Amino acid sequence: VTQTSVELVPPPVDLPARAAELRARVRAFLAEERAADRWRPRADVWLSGWDERFSRELGRRGWLGMTIPQEYGGAGASPLDRYVVTEELLAAGAPVAAHWVADRQIGPSLLRFGTEAQRRRFLPGIVAGEVYFGIGMSEPDAGSDLAAVRTKAEKVDGGWELTGTKVWTSGAHHAHAFFALARSSPRDETNRHAGLSQFLVELDSPGVQIRPIPLLTGAHHFNEVVFDRVFVADEMVFGEVGAGWKQVTSELAFERSGPERFLSTYPLLAALVGELAGTTGHERELGSLVSRLWALRRMSLAIAGALASGQAPELAAAVVKDLGTRYEGEIIDAARLLVSIPPDPGAESGYARLLADAVLHAPGFTLRGGTNEVLRGIVARGLGLR
Amino acid sequence: MSGPNELAELADSIFGDAAAAGDGFDGELWKTLEGAGLARVTLPEEAGGSGGTFTDSAEVLFAAGAHAARVPLVETDLLAGWLLHAAGIEPPAGPLAAVVGELEVDGDTARGRLERVPWARSVTGLAVLSGSQVLLVRPEQLDITDGANLAEEPRDTVLVDGPVAVAPAPEGAAQEYRLRAALGRAQLLAGAARGALNASVRYAGERVQFGRPIGKLQAVQQQLAIAAAEVAAASAAASAAARTVTAEGMDSPTARFAVAAAKARTGEAAGVVARVAHQVHGAIGFTREYDLRLVTTRLWAWRDEDGSDAQWNAEVGAAALAAGPDGLWPLVTGTP
Repeated sequence: VTQTSVELVPPPVDLPARAAELRARVRAFLAEERAADRWRPRADVWLSGWDERFSRELGRRGWLGMTIPQEYGGAGASPLDRYVVTEELLAAGAPVAAHWVADRQIGPSLLRFGTEAQRRRFLPGIVAGEVYFGIGMSEPDAGSDLAAVRTKAEKVDGGWELTGTKVWTSGAHHAHAFFALARSSPRDETNRHAGLSQFLVELDSPGVQIRPIPLLTGAHHFNEVVFDRVFVADEMVFGEVGAGWKQVTSELAFERSGPERFLSTYPLLAALVGELAGTTGHERELGSLVSRLWALRRMSLAIAGALASGQAPELAAAVVKDLGTRYEGEIIDAARLLVSIPPDPGAESGYARLLADAVLHAPGFTLRGGTNEVLRGIVARGLGLR
Repeated sequence: MSGPNELAELADSIFGDAAAAGDGFDGELWKTLEGAGLARVTLPEEAGGSGGTFTDSAEVLFAAGAHAARVPLVETDLLAGWLLHAAGIEPPAGPLAAVVGELEVDGDTARGRLERVPWARSVTGLAVLSGSQVLLVRPEQLDITDGANLAEEPRDTVLVDGPVAVAPAPEGAAQEYRLRAALGRAQLLAGAARGALNASVRYAGERVQFGRPIGKLQAVQQQLAIAAAEVAAASAAASAAARTVTAEGMDSPTARFAVAAAKARTGEAAGVVARVAHQVHGAIGFTREYDLRLVTTRLWAWRDEDGSDAQWNAEVGAAALAAGPDGLWPLVTGTP
């Protein structure tokens, strides 16, 4: 095997011609919202910007669940169309957290692994921006080592009973449901990935307790979700019993390569440009951030193009997430060094607030969706080193 | 031209077969490239070229960089051939060199001194963009003092004194020249970065310490993954710039931005990749006896040629400031 055959990044793609018109409509909508001061641009909005009105507005315009086929209420659009909408929302610092998981992950997963009844039940609400989801993967003793999950699913008459604890569940206190990864047969040390299953759990089910886990900022986004013999009907088993591991890992290329992996602090970069207006002497540092952003976006788009054509470039996606999340931190470094405005978590908006949120959210960037060290392990495997 | 994949494979096999180590111009490789139609990819057929796009030439330059080819491809195809042809001077056959510099021109004779001319000693003609004129100087009129870059590629000092072909320079030639040079150099850089990564991965799989290949050590894997990410960014940047220039033309603002960002990004990647490559190779890579130097010295040389990452980033930064906070995103996405 020659290593030149290992594809670190798929070939470049161009957005379809119709994307320009779509982009213009999204920008016009965002400008309207900003003019009415309906929200202020914030950092890390896909974790922290919960705004159900905004999500419904997007749904009304057909900008959520865009790739979902028309029979389930979607537009049957290309992932590249969704890319355009998503990157515009993130760059604007718009509040996208409410629908984020449902739009990015749950919709495509339901299409891939869901039953017809599950699709009919959830997809129209996702498309409308009215049904919100969480992700129930991490546990107190299962972080990077996801196969160590202990939440137990026991077969009972007509369904399953789930007992265990999920943590770091963003938005669980608002969301309608989540996908829980649980152990449906006893742990087998020779095949740790076997015996895991996914369940669609409605978060108002009896036996579900949701407790806040405040972030560094003090804000409530994360939760602990405790199951005490929560009944999940057979119809709500997601995908195949025992195939949970395969299912959760099959969509990593979607999760890891999107624009949210390098745009979490973009509003701070834009604000930095505003602060540097009329000055000279910092063009090189600023230019480096902009060149890197341009390159990251082209990489991420190339992966979106590959995904749109049915490939799953997992290695390239890991690369984008490693580089992109480190880049989000580089913006913070530059924002501190080039402008002397101290961060102020109490400010209503503006540079001081963006910087404060960015600094306090930054540790999460290189953790969520697979730590960068784990991702580099994936890259190393792709290179043939392990 | 054939499809991008076939072209990449053809180029990879030709450059891979050529002996990378050695001194100076690789005449045999050049003949092979001419035979395969890869020496003048972007020039039109009437100028002895293959009529390909910048995307086609990018594939060739990636491979040339990865295998440290000792041939003036950027100079012949993207610079001298283009400049002469655009000015209405027929490009001579064979390898060409190009430079921007001031010569005293009197009728059809020219004199003066040109610094750090790539490959001057090895070419059949030197194209000079001197103010508003394009000159073709033949080797007989050149008095050459050898010089080199960090990779020992020829960067000669040239005294010109004698008859030359002269024509008015096409409009915007100076601007287009620097963009073409930066684009070609960025693609060579992306290729060399890939070459350094490949060599390092191979070495990490072979070199045994502590009873196993060092590539099995997580500390080494993490470093190689960081280098791979830089290689990916460099490749994406260089490919995207080629594509933008192919689609929009060299004189569009989008293309200018893309080329600037690509040369800056590939230049930034060069240092990281070379550092990791040498760290992984240990002492042997630090010697002249080992071929890693062929790509790492090129990374170090090329990142500072045709505009360093600092210079291009300064231009990108100035463009960002001019765009302002609301214009930055349109600038990055190329969609006003």
